[in-house]
Amino acid sequence: MFGKLSLEAVPYHEPIIMGAIGFIILGGLAMAAALTYFRKWGYLWKEWLTSVDHKRLGVMYIIVAMVMLLRGFADAVMMRSQQAIANGANEGYLPPHHYDQIFTAHGVIMIFFMAMPFMIGLMNIVVPLQIGARDVAFPFLNSLSFWLFFAGVVLVNLSLGLGEFAKTGWLAYPPLSGIKYSPGVGVDYYIWALQISGIGTLLTGVNFFVTILKMRAPGMSLMKMPIFTWTILVTAVLIMAAFPILTATLGLLTLDRYLEMHFFTNDLGGNMMMYVNLIWAWGHPEVYILILPAFGIFSEVTATFCSKRLFGYTSMVYATAAIGFLSFIVWLHHFFTMGAGGNVNAFFGIATMVISIPTGVKIFNWLFTMYQGRVRFTTPILWTLGFLVTFSIGGMTGVLLAVPGADFVLHNSLFLIAHFHNVIIGGVVFGYLAGFTYWFPKAFGFTLNERLGKCAFWCWLVGFYFAFMPLYVLGFMGMTRRLNHYDNPEWQAYLIVAAIGAGIIALGIGFQLLQIVVSVMQRHKNRDVTGDPWGARTLEWSMSSPPPFYNFAHTPVVKERDAFWDMKENKDAYHTPQGYQKIHMPKNTAAGLTISAFSLVIGFALIWHIWWLAIVGTVGCLISVIVRMFNDDIDYYVPAEEVERIESEHLKNIANQA
Amino acid sequence: MSTEAVNNHNAHAHGHEHEHHDASDMKVFGFWVYLMTDCILFATIFATFAVLANSYAGGPTGAEIFELPFVLTETMILLVSSFTFGLASIAGHHGKKSSVLGWLFVTFLLGLSFIIMEIYEFHHLIAEGFGPHNSAFLSAFFTLVGTHGLHVTCGLIWLVVMMVQIKKNGLDTNNNTRMMNLSLFWHFLDIIWIFVFTVVYLLGVL
Repeated sequence: MFGKLSLEAVPYHEPIIMGAIGFIILGGLAMAAALTYFRKWGYLWKEWLTSVDHKRLGVMYIIVAMVMLLRGFADAVMMRSQQAIANGANEGYLPPHHYDQIFTAHGVIMIFFMAMPFMIGLMNIVVPLQIGARDVAFPFLNSLSFWLFFAGVVLVNLSLGLGEFAKTGWLAYPPLSGIKYSPGVGVDYYIWALQISGIGTLLTGVNFFVTILKMRAPGMSLMKMPIFTWTILVTAVLIMAAFPILTATLGLLTLDRYLEMHFFTNDLGGNMMMYVNLIWAWGHPEVYILILPAFGIFSEVTATFCSKRLFGYTSMVYATAAIGFLSFIVWLHHFFTMGAGGNVNAFFGIATMVISIPTGVKIFNWLFTMYQGRVRFTTPILWTLGFLVTFSIGGMTGVLLAVPGADFVLHNSLFLIAHFHNVIIGGVVFGYLAGFTYWFPKAFGFTLNERLGKCAFWCWLVGFYFAFMPLYVLGFMGMTRRLNHYDNPEWQAYLIVAAIGAGIIALGIGFQLLQIVVSVMQRHKNRDVTGDPWGARTLEWSMSSPPPFYNFAHTPVVKERDAFWDMKENKDAYHTPQGYQKIHMPKNTAAGLTISAFSLVIGFALIWHIWWLAIVGTVGCLISVIVRMFNDDIDYYVPAEEVERIESEHLKNIANQA
Repeated sequence: MSTEAVNNHNAHAHGHEHEHHDASDMKVFGFWVYLMTDCILFATIFATFAVLANSYAGGPTGAEIFELPFVLTETMILLVSSFTFGLASIAGHHGKKSSVLGWLFVTFLLGLSFIIMEIYEFHHLIAEGFGPHNSAFLSAFFTLVGTHGLHVTCGLIWLVVMMVQIKKNGLDTNNNTRMMNLSLFWHFLDIIWIFVFTVVYLLGVL
């Protein structure tokens, strides 16, 4: 009846896991109680859960990303503390089967359920505003994407209390991830969580590609688009080209596990290195999917806080496109040790090194933008400066690893771990946190506390160096990754320093959370009345903060690259238009949520081999899609009087401020 | 498919019709882009098949198990279904509702025959002891052909929905856009099948 599922799937005997589950359940109950007490269920349902507004969806993406950051970071703290003590006779407190799940969950959560939603959240909030659009091209699809992603989040977190997670590492290489060596449900949780959320990501890619190409304000030619929008355009292309490969690869692994096929098995003609090739043909573009938007954020932040036009706009665009292209021809550098031969390795090694050229162009562009600019040292610019230094170091160790000879020595060592955390934390995380601070007032109408933001930055920066520089050294000393125990007293001191680093980063995260709480409490003091708190340059700052749900009352007409700056220079901003028109808007819908809920049922049923439930889920999914296809009542008009009321209020506020 | 679009351009500057026209264009463009991602999905599975095409592991080769006349019949049925869909599209341009419905129904029957023949082929092979778990080549064969078959099955469900929609609301703007998307989907699957026929079956028996 319930397939492999029984009460024994709950890990009662693991105090750490049960404690975490208790914490999650209590938190959930507290939240439900608060919603009931304040009578907010209806508000939550009508205004948020069924919303198709890109700004609301963006906020929800980022909230989930931050919760998952805490979960992924808890995994990191466990690994660092285990390694700090598990030397020689001391076994530490995490047995191998638990430790293996932790490092797998850490990688999967941080990439798929922290970094990706954070990036997609920022692009949801910002891109339509930057290009002068009312919403994305397909608002319902956008809501569906979010809820599919959320179904993946639910599955990953279910694995904590029901069964187990994969013990394979974040890319689940076969044959270890095959049914023979991983007979449990861990890999199935991995597969279905990624498969369902991956489809959401793919749809987001299509959505933003169409949005950016088809919905730009009149006058905004491609070469007049803000750089952040440019990076999102290239990212959307990378998503569309890379995520189908992930879908197919995971699908083949699924067939191996469920129908005893032989794509990646040891026997009957299977080829496990084909999995490794395929997964990195997606995986390498994936890291650029994460970093390119961060580059876009740094470009916006630098130009704004230096009050200067971005240096080398054109070269920035071409560098972005070049990186996007090159990201598809370097995948083999993740496994030089496969033994593809000297010439093949040389090609991929050189291609990898070539990427540092467009990246270097970008670094110099940001530096030259700052040169002779009036740099305002706000939190976002601090993140940018921290990025410039940290990312450059990470880039250099990357070029070192791109030398196949060196890679043979350093492959699978902590040097590699240090390298990719160096670029992912120093580039992606710093970038998204800069973007978070920069666009927070746009989304919520008040600025974040600067002092606490700076505390968070310094803790992150210092903590990062403490946590990861020792790992470079340990890599040279021969320590491999994913060890839960070792017999080498020389390593321990470095691992203790690294654990202290993780502690300092924990302080940084603490300050970040405190910053949000304090800023919400002080929101009346830090109100962003004009909608342009930073003296910024692009269109999203030309409207009130938070923007009205229809974004632009009148579609702006773009003449220059920094469109809003140009309007301010020509005294063209904030004028009262001659009358308003009704605005065509999409209606909210629960269809995305329903379809995704059934997808979640399918995923859960397949993980536990509950076949009847999988059929129920599939039929439910199909019916809810068809019901949606028959729904023609999907839009409405906002009356002109309503638009006038909202717009006049904003203009009045600005006048009062002046 | 079931997506809606908010028009970017000033609703007042253009007429109501024009607005819908823009939205339709965007939907078709979006669906076209989606099809290209589907194309990459197929490309990945084709590449896998190419790698494993000779991994027979002591099992049968393609030449031993494929029955070309049968597959050729399947192929012709699918190609004709593309033609009949084309006739449905032309009837749609002329606003002939009953003719559209008729040709869509013929397309549906042809697609259904294709799927039934494919299921028969699969069943036959498995019954003979050549199931997908016997060798990497057979795994790749069943997966590639099966993925295409799954797509055609989705297309069949969509065809039924489309016929009901046209019956209910006639050939209005929404339904014309949906017809455009469905025809893109159907012809796309036809093109994929030509590659399957060539790469899997023809090269397989060479």
